[in-house]
Amino acid sequence: MNNHFDVIVIGAGAAGLTAGIYLSRAKVNTLILNEGTVGGQMVLTHQIANYPGIENISGYELASNMKAQAQKFGCTIKSNVKITSFDLKGETKKIIVNNKDEYTSHAVIIATGGRPRSAGASGEEEFKGKGISYCATCDGDFFQDKEIVVLGGGNSALEEAVSLTKYASKVTIVHQFDNFQAFEHYVSEAKKNPKISFIMESKIIEFSGDEKLRKIKIQNQKDFNISEMNIDGVFIFIGYVPNSEMFQEIIDLNENKEIIVDKNMHTNLPGVFAAGDNVAKRYRQVTTAVADGTIAALSAAEFVNNIIKNVHIEDTIE
Amino acid sequence: MLRTNLTHILSEKEHSELLKNNENVMVCCGRMGPMCIPVYAEMEELENEYKHVKFADMEFDLPDAKVIRELPECKSFFGIPFVIYYKNGKVVKATSSIQSREQITNNLDTYFNHHE
Repeated sequence: MNNHFDVIVIGAGAAGLTAGIYLSRAKVNTLILNEGTVGGQMVLTHQIANYPGIENISGYELASNMKAQAQKFGCTIKSNVKITSFDLKGETKKIIVNNKDEYTSHAVIIATGGRPRSAGASGEEEFKGKGISYCATCDGDFFQDKEIVVLGGGNSALEEAVSLTKYASKVTIVHQFDNFQAFEHYVSEAKKNPKISFIMESKIIEFSGDEKLRKIKIQNQKDFNISEMNIDGVFIFIGYVPNSEMFQEIIDLNENKEIIVDKNMHTNLPGVFAAGDNVAKRYRQVTTAVADGTIAALSAAEFVNNIIKNVHIEDTIE
Repeated sequence: MLRTNLTHILSEKEHSELLKNNENVMVCCGRMGPMCIPVYAEMEELENEYKHVKFADMEFDLPDAKVIRELPECKSFFGIPFVIYYKNGKVVKATSSIQSREQITNNLDTYFNHHE
């Protein structure tokens, strides 16, 4: 059957592509199914300067190289497909894409990554690109001499707030907690920048304007008082959510909806592994995704080899 | 030049030629950045599906890209890429910042008739 593979990898970010490289090189027949752009969140990074062995590379280039490397070893990659249903419980895993094409395998690696968390306030979709941005390097120069807000309190938020002071006349950091999650270095850089001010323990609850964003409503999380602020732009950096919802009924997740795996990246289901930003862990980097992808691939290969060996033994006994 | 497999528009003249010679045109004007690359990737895929639409890109920082940057429809845009849908040379829709496949196909289906 043409649509049967040894392993199906769901997702073509750093973890999925690495799994594809390792499996295909080991002659394990592998299919990668990908719903979005190949490269995942790597593509959302302008420059990667801490990938060992490569001094500086764009996320796009690194992703393209990984994809080419996987394909060179014989990995099949199908991108822009929509997984419409699946059955991962049995010995033969089944995945249906676009409501019609069925693919089967002995093992599955879930490497679906994560996506930027949205503020969840009204007007967010309407003003995306019209004042709301998720990328300082992309859109910073539109805000020359304008007043902006950076939403978030992690490393990205603090680092980007400082970089946006190159353009903006004033940057207000709005953060929902009373302390920052960012490294101390980023916090002190932001605090000593005269253009940056802070509104702590607060959330944006509404974006409004006309053809562009003009105003936000901010709610204090202690006394729930609501204040309004006239603003030209808001940059949102509030972390990521794992793409795990579609598996929540069969795969064990933690309270953050991250997939729980053992040290071999095995989930609670036999033959189903997970790797990358969607698994429960502390640090999410391209390098950690690559490491997860490697472990998941080696574990999946071993799992598949055991199945094939057992089938072979049963055949011999008959 | 943008590193995509789309038709590249390199000048104002090429832009107007393209609009003259094609009824339905979608142009993505951006850089090789995180918000732009996913849109090019979607367009590369959709090119095979929407044969009645001409897909092209234009580098945002080209001086001649002012034909897009300075469109009245883009006056309130604060995020790249600027994506313009032209019907018979006229702007029928313009979007700012990253767009999902659903958002793009919605626009293609709405403004360029539903594909076969």
